[in-house]
Amino acid sequence: MTEHHLAQLNVGVFSFPLDDPRMDGFRTMLDPLNAVADSAPGFVWRLVEDGENDATGLRTSLGEDVNINLSVWESREVLWDFVYRSGHLDMLRRRGDWFRLPKAPFQVLWWIPAGHIPSVEEAVERLRLLRDQGPSPRAFGFRDSYTPEEAAASAQ
Amino acid sequence: MEDIEAIAVLQDPVRRRLYEFVAAQDHEVSRNEAAEGAGIQRTLAAFHLDKLVDAGLLETESRRISGRSGPGAGRPAKLYRRSGAEHQFSIPARDYRTAADLLAEVAEVARLDTQLQDAARREGRSAARAAGPVEDLDAAAALLAARGYEPRMDEGEDVLRMANCPFHALSESHPPLVCGMNLALLEGLLEGAEGLSVRMDARPGLCCVAVTASKNNECLT
Repeated sequence: MTEHHLAQLNVGVFSFPLDDPRMDGFRTMLDPLNAVADSAPGFVWRLVEDGENDATGLRTSLGEDVNINLSVWESREVLWDFVYRSGHLDMLRRRGDWFRLPKAPFQVLWWIPAGHIPSVEEAVERLRLLRDQGPSPRAFGFRDSYTPEEAAASAQ
Repeated sequence: MEDIEAIAVLQDPVRRRLYEFVAAQDHEVSRNEAAEGAGIQRTLAAFHLDKLVDAGLLETESRRISGRSGPGAGRPAKLYRRSGAEHQFSIPARDYRTAADLLAEVAEVARLDTQLQDAARREGRSAARAAGPVEDLDAAAALLAARGYEPRMDEGEDVLRMANCPFHALSESHPPLVCGMNLALLEGLLEGAEGLSVRMDARPGLCCVAVTASKNNECLT
C-alpha cells in the first residue's frame, strides 16, 4: 500500500495591505510560527516563495487580496496538533483582526501519495471542490475527515 | 459500564484518593508511587487501581521502568494514568452538551468569536468579584482548581499550566472559538490580580491558557 500524506490549504482575505501597521501583529507572528511548523513532529513540506520564508507574497486565481498557506503533513493528528495545539492557535484566535472571514470554508484537506508536492492549482481546485460540493473523500475539513483508503476508493 | 456506575466507584474514599493522586500527576504512575501518594499499602493500592481501570476511570500500560529489555529485565511494571473518557450523571436527565455543541456550531459559522469573548470576559469578572482578591500564583491556582482546571506549577518558571480543560470536548470541536472564549474568561477572572498575566500558550494535552507571574510588576514604560 502506498503511504499517504495529508495536504492542507487555508486562505485568508487580507483586511489591510500586508505592510499596513494594522497587520503588524500578523507579520510578527509569521516567522516564529513557521519555525514551529518546520520543526513540528510530522511536518513534511510547506509552500514558500522563491528566496522568502513564507508564501504571503504569492497570489492565485482566488484573488489579489487572498493570502494562501499550503503545507503537507504525515497525518491528520500531527496537523491538528500544530494548527490547534501550538502557538498557531493564538493566531487563529486573532485572525479576525487581520482577515475578513468568508462564510465559505477557508481550509481544505486532501490525501496525497507520500513524496508528492501539491501545486497551487491543485490546492485551489480542492478548495473549490469543497466549497462547491461540500465535504467528500477528495476534499474535506477537520470535522468531517476521510481516510486515504476512502479517498482512493472515491477516485476509482 | 454506565456513567452512574463509574461515578459510584469513586464513592470509596481510598479509591477516590488514589484516583485523584494519579490524575494529578504529569506522568504515568506505578503501583508503588500510587500507594505512597495515597498513603496505603501496595497490595491494597493494586486492588483499588484495578477497580478504577475496570470502571474505565484509569487506563493502564505495561512498561519496563528501568528501560532494560530482554531476559533479566524483570516483569514490566503496570503504569496508570487517567482515562480520557468523560462521565456525567444528572438527575433529572439534562443534556447541556448537545445544546452547547449546537450553539458553538452556530456561533462559529456566524463568526461570533468577539461577542463570545466579550461575554466570557464579563462572566470572568463577575466570578472574580464573588471570589475576592487574588494576590499571587498560589491564590490563582486555588481559584482555578475550584473551577476544575487542575493547575500545576511549572517548576522554576513561575508559570501555572492547566492539566484539565473544563470545556474539553468543545475545545476540540471548535478550537479557536472555544479556546478564545476560555482565554477571555480567565482574563476576566484574573484581571484584578496584580503581577499576574494570562496568555494563550497551547500545547498538546493541556488547557491552552497559562498564567504567569511577572517578576517585577512591569515598571518599564
